Amino acid sequence: LSICFRTVEPLEYYRRFLKENCRPDGRELGEFRTTTYFFSSGSITTADGSALVKLGNTTVICGVKAELAAPAADSANKGYIVPNVELPSLCSERFRSGPPGEEAQAASQFIADVIENSQMLVKEDLCIANGKLAWVLYCDIICLDYDGNLLDASVFALLAALKNVQLPSVTINEETGLSEVNLKQKTPLIIRKHPVATSFAIFDDTLLIVDPTAEEEDLATGTVTIVTDEEGRLCSVHKPGGSPLTGAKLQDCITRAITRHKEVKKLIDKVIKSITPK
Amino acid sequence: DLPALPVPGDTSVLAGLYGPAEAKLSKELPDRAALEVLLRPKVGLPGVLERSREQLLRQTCEAVVLGVLHPRTAITLVLQVLSDAGSLLSCCLNAACMGLLDAGLPLSSLFCGVTCALDPDGTIILDPTTRQEQEARAVLSFAIDSSERKVLMATTKGSCSMEEMQQCLAAAQRAADTIFQFYRDSMRRKYSKS
Repeated sequence: LSICFRTVEPLEYYRRFLKENCRPDGRELGEFRTTTYFFSSGSITTADGSALVKLGNTTVICGVKAELAAPAADSANKGYIVPNVELPSLCSERFRSGPPGEEAQAASQFIADVIENSQMLVKEDLCIANGKLAWVLYCDIICLDYDGNLLDASVFALLAALKNVQLPSVTINEETGLSEVNLKQKTPLIIRKHPVATSFAIFDDTLLIVDPTAEEEDLATGTVTIVTDEEGRLCSVHKPGGSPLTGAKLQDCITRAITRHKEVKKLIDKVIKSITPK
Repeated sequence: DLPALPVPGDTSVLAGLYGPAEAKLSKELPDRAALEVLLRPKVGLPGVLERSREQLLRQTCEAVVLGVLHPRTAITLVLQVLSDAGSLLSCCLNAACMGLLDAGLPLSSLFCGVTCALDPDGTIILDPTTRQEQEARAVLSFAIDSSERKVLMATTKGSCSMEEMQQCLAAAQRAADTIFQFYRDSMRRKYSKS
């Protein structure tokens, strides 16, 4: 009977739970789904760095490939970071195959903004020889299973993958002018900041729930995503329309995001320690 | 099919609103109007940045337009950037709202866009020029609604602290009053002529 009710009147079904301050999957309003992720330098063996993140059912994989290119004329000492978010039709019935839809493009722009705003990677670090050679990092974020909260999972996957990247050392041969890549000598990327995203869904203009599933996102009247770094600074406040919020409510979201950052940081540190060769 | 043209400083955006008109079967929604926003940059083809801005604008407009009064229709908002001298996103928001007003669509409230830039030494600059935006530590854009000055849309560039964000928000809410007064005056002028 409850399945019938859920299909016919999903909003009423949800409201009944929200009145009791909990959600159909048993979580509280401020509780996140279980976050797991797999580093393994073998997640994607052909990539220079990769990570698979699962946030409940939402599964996102990020692969980073490093290639060489000449830096742009106006920024001779900067490399490039090119993020791309893909939502293939296999992850959810709402996405059709073909050119990237609006959600994928908006997510790609969001990730590019987070990298830029948080300064997690400084482009100058990617430069090998001023004006001649620099690294280009192609970060491909692909969603394998879409169950809401794509942005949080993507940012997390990106961070984990970048921490996993080992760049080979490159020298420029003085005589020939060609670059020589030494695959045996590898150095990890310098990650300066660790941004973590926290998404909220707004219900009925008043209630805020954390880490929405796909069903909750459909029923929500708005979403907010806050990205914080380890110093408690805001790297991004992303509220694309939806129900209006007061400044105080936004403040609550930010405080929750800062707590979440600490939880995630502990998780990352734990996994890094377990894979570092002793 | 009505154009609207607000001009803060030298940034200008032309908004054209079409609808509520018949929607294509693939796009129509059974219980509300389907809103579509197209943002055309001054030079070049629309790219990922325009798509992401379109999403921001679309969801902001969807929050105020009473779409349930016009089910199975399509409302199209086309924004053409004529010149960009900074604060482009808030100009687009203002153009969108004036377009919606001009077209006479039923709205639950009005909204306006305000951009704040945070100087490296912490001063808040409202409606920054392109130069100020580039030199700023952080640029925050808000869409404020007219009924209770709540935040409809927020987007930030660069990083800032929590307190700074709250200060910018407060400044934006105060500035919103001036913009709503401008809307009121423009509408008054438009209807007093006829």
